[in-house]
Amino acid sequence: MSDGQTKQFGKGQRTVPAQKAQKWYPVDDESQPKKVRKTLRPAKVRESLQPGTVLILLAGRFRGKRVVLLKHLEQGVLLVTGPFKINGVPLRRVNSRYVIATSKRIDVSGVDAKAIEKISAPEYFTKEKKAEKKSEEAFFKQGEKPQKKVVASARAADQKAVDQSILGSIKKEEFLSSYLASTFSLRNGDKPHEMKW
Amino acid sequence: MADIEITLASWKLVEVGRLVLIRRGPFAGKLAAIVEIVDHRRVLVDGPSGEAQKIVPRHVLPLAHATLTPFTIPQLPRAAGTGPVKKLWAKNEIDGKWAKSSFAQKTDKAERRKNLTDFERFKVLRLRKQARYEVQKSHAKVRAAQ
Repeated sequence: MSDGQTKQFGKGQRTVPAQKAQKWYPVDDESQPKKVRKTLRPAKVRESLQPGTVLILLAGRFRGKRVVLLKHLEQGVLLVTGPFKINGVPLRRVNSRYVIATSKRIDVSGVDAKAIEKISAPEYFTKEKKAEKKSEEAFFKQGEKPQKKVVASARAADQKAVDQSILGSIKKEEFLSSYLASTFSLRNGDKPHEMKW
Repeated sequence: MADIEITLASWKLVEVGRLVLIRRGPFAGKLAAIVEIVDHRRVLVDGPSGEAQKIVPRHVLPLAHATLTPFTIPQLPRAAGTGPVKKLWAKNEIDGKWAKSSFAQKTDKAERRKNLTDFERFKVLRLRKQARYEVQKSHAKVRAAQ
């Protein structure tokens, strides 16, 4: 604390602090916020999930489909593709928890790295905001045909660019294309915990 | 008195030289020869197979843990040591005979099917379908000709 001035009061002198002590003080001690000891770490994925692995999706709109793993995204999810032409699964992000990794690997080294880089950006999959909100008027005009959802042509082009080389390597092996086109399901007597994938 | 024909029963006997399939314990699924009968419930077995993973060390095995097979090593001396058993085992081609038996073939197939990967399972499904189609096609031809 900085020293105050020394002042003369009659015969004696006394130091007056520059800042007076507060008359009032809080009755309760101020509680210290807890220190957060968690840190942000990159997601750790199973060893079986290498790029090119054929996965079986277990949840979501495409459950049961067999798809090809392209990359682990930094967002902690997997980037997969059908390929779209074979089984209708587009470029898509999936949670690695809801996936079975099979031992089948497909060569994905020929995939355009630039396209993958573009797709792995976190903004790529965000929905575009609509220019105008749905008005009340539109609601009452329900009799008219609603506008059909149009797939952005840029998205379709990216899909094609990524799938092209994968489709080439799939074609080389017999049954592989129809394998990816087929869906997985459990049948009578199947014990998934005892199966080899 | 009329002549009575006595024929030997074609049972599989617990006898020295009989090959047994072990069904329980650490050597389950392996083949061994009876070397000596300990008592009515236990036998001494030895399985010096030519393949390293199929070797059964000499030990006493409860008969309840064994299945008798139709194969024997004829004229195996009682309480023969592992060396002579091994020699006779090879001479009688036990490994080859066992591999050809329908039981061994069935278990082999089941084991292989169990260890198929997802893609291989799919291929089996497809190939079986193709085979079935061919069979049905020729069957239909035969039926039409009749």
